[in-house]
Amino acid sequence: MNTRSTRRLLATGAIAALALAGTTACAPGQQNADGDVELTWWHNGTGEPLNGFWQSVADEFEAANPGVTVTIEAVQNEELQRTKIPNALRGSNPPDLFQQWGGGELAAQVEAGRVMDISDEVGPELDSIGGSVAGWQVDGKTYGLPFSLGIEGFWYNKALFADAGIEGTPTTLDELDDAIDKLKDADITPVVVGAGDKWPAAHYWYNFALKSCSPDTLKTAAVDLDFSDSCFVDAGDDLEAFLETEPFQEGFLATSAQKGATSSAGLLANGKAGMELMGHWNPGQMMGLTEDGKGLGDDLGWFNFPAIPGSSGDATAALGGGDGFSCSVQAPPECVDLLKYISSVDVQTRFAETGAGLPVTAGAEAGVSDPNMQALLEGRNNATYVQLWLDTSYGPTVGGAMNDAIANMFAGQASSKDIVKAMNDAAATQ
Amino acid sequence: MTPTDPTVLATDTRRDSAAGRANARPAAESDTSPSTPTVRRTGRGSRRKSLEIVLFVAPALLVYVGFVLLPVVLAAYYSVYKWNGLGPLEDFVGLDNYTRALSDPVFIGAMGHNLFFVVASLVVQGPIAIGVALLLNRAMRGRSIFRVIIFIPYVLSEVISAVAWLLILQPQGPFDAVMEAVGLGDLRQLWLADLNVVIWTLLAVVSWKYVGFAIILFLAGLQGVPEELTEAAQIDGASWWQVQRHITIPLLGPTIRIWAFLSIIGSLQLFDMVWVMTGGGPANASSTMATYMIQFGFQRSQLGFGSAIAVILFVISFTFALIYQRFVLRRDTEGALTRGVG
Repeated sequence: MNTRSTRRLLATGAIAALALAGTTACAPGQQNADGDVELTWWHNGTGEPLNGFWQSVADEFEAANPGVTVTIEAVQNEELQRTKIPNALRGSNPPDLFQQWGGGELAAQVEAGRVMDISDEVGPELDSIGGSVAGWQVDGKTYGLPFSLGIEGFWYNKALFADAGIEGTPTTLDELDDAIDKLKDADITPVVVGAGDKWPAAHYWYNFALKSCSPDTLKTAAVDLDFSDSCFVDAGDDLEAFLETEPFQEGFLATSAQKGATSSAGLLANGKAGMELMGHWNPGQMMGLTEDGKGLGDDLGWFNFPAIPGSSGDATAALGGGDGFSCSVQAPPECVDLLKYISSVDVQTRFAETGAGLPVTAGAEAGVSDPNMQALLEGRNNATYVQLWLDTSYGPTVGGAMNDAIANMFAGQASSKDIVKAMNDAAATQ
Repeated sequence: MTPTDPTVLATDTRRDSAAGRANARPAAESDTSPSTPTVRRTGRGSRRKSLEIVLFVAPALLVYVGFVLLPVVLAAYYSVYKWNGLGPLEDFVGLDNYTRALSDPVFIGAMGHNLFFVVASLVVQGPIAIGVALLLNRAMRGRSIFRVIIFIPYVLSEVISAVAWLLILQPQGPFDAVMEAVGLGDLRQLWLADLNVVIWTLLAVVSWKYVGFAIILFLAGLQGVPEELTEAAQIDGASWWQVQRHITIPLLGPTIRIWAFLSIIGSLQLFDMVWVMTGGGPANASSTMATYMIQFGFQRSQLGFGSAIAVILFVISFTFALIYQRFVLRRDTEGALTRGVG
């Protein structure tokens, strides 16, 4: 009796101890007794070719650095940027290497002391990347390196454009309207947009803002977060006029950007629409959304956002942005080595060959074989000024309010003045 | 209440739980329950017993304090600061976050949508669930298969069923194809993209998801309705309808009241299905308090403001729960959850 109850007591204690033990876990990025290092790496390449490519980069890095293991977690883009990374950085256990879009988001992370300053370690990389690294610098210090940087334009289906009798590609807004009418006459959905995710809709407004605001105005607004210049209202008016032409697919307000075949990228990739306004990553996304893994293949074309004659913006400016990686502040030094390896000419060249983006390291251009990517590269190199995506540039508070308000305009629920007011109001609460 | 809930250990486990019991007899105060000894025993036996209790309760209690009570207190604390979640808490703003939330038409709209789900879920699911439960309560062939089919949606993960419905309801998708096939093509809507339709679509999906739970609860409640009463009524010449109306449904009362309680709390905190299917869109036409909280708290990096939303949601749910317990569930749970009701 006595022994039984003692045994029971011991068992109970063991259960309790186990229950408590379950709440603690080993922190990554720490050396264990054997001197081995574990790196955690979060990126948004959930589909092919990127997923496999990053895995091979990690394998090569492990092979070259015995004792280092790299654990990769690929997370859907919106989840990663808006939820997972911010929450992980707020906690005490962030990933070592994580996707970094730069701009205002990075500035907030740096201000909170969550990102590693790598200025001293990446001198050679800075030389070969050049001016493209600006988005990953805060106050002259480097906190991350881009691996891809591109500008935005329309990705279009050449075959459907030919079916609709469109010659060449639109260079002005009027020509774009013409092309949309021709596609409609041919019973083809002219333009797809993932307005359910808000930011793809917002990108139209960004492009109109770039056409109506001078680079100086944009640069000042990004610092002061003051949007009282009338050019921001003009951008909304231009967008409203464009929306009145009803260019989008059925139910565009609920369409996502990249999730599955019914997303906007999926519709374009599967030949269900004429074009989509999207960044340089779109071919890479589209490949993962078709059954054969090829996207539109040779039918995919690209043209720059059309000009608006007589607008006051800089006609040679482009809207763009990129993808990069940062190391969190408590990451081991091997994290920077991995980052440098990702930026090496060899990896950057092979990255370019996947067609999933545009390399930034000098000497990797050779890997850009795809004609669309070459056109993008040319556009990027010819732009006098590349404005970072406005939501990234303004940071999550103002950027989120701006994207919401623009998405409301797409739903017919906001005017051009409402968008500016939402942005100014959000800036006041920051 | 789950079997591992520490409060189960502390109350008389030999009593039926309130939800499953149909006849709400006020239970006599029992003084023989194992965990509340009325006679103080002395010696090693009782010490060991209390040690055992402490050991059993400690893990659950720690988890409860760490993951329920502490976050509630912390949220209240964060909610009076302007804070992006990254730096130190230093920008004290008092009740500004609350005034901002309660004067934001989008949040008021979200509260309205929650209220819609509260009322509409009761109105839609209640009658369906009671009807189906009464039908399934008779001896018939394939009864267990029916029960399984009805219960499947409830067992499926929220996210999986939300993604499935998202794909089914795409424009020109499977659902539209079915409607065309049965000749209802003219009634086709943009189920998730139309600002006026989206909330009704969500209501239909949410009802499909949770009505199974209500049916199972009512079936369990019906088990507690004594055969003798039904037989006596039938001998007295009562029709099937009269039996249901005057005997079965009144005796199902406690179960219905508990189900309504769970349903209302669930509707107030509705999040996952809405988040996956619409994200609260388009243009906030389907936002709920919880989606608003995630959107403004996490996604816009305003954790102080998001915490204020969390506190508002907590206060609404908690107040409702207290009032409901006090005035509706009081008789049903007498002695099980309360002590010394006068």
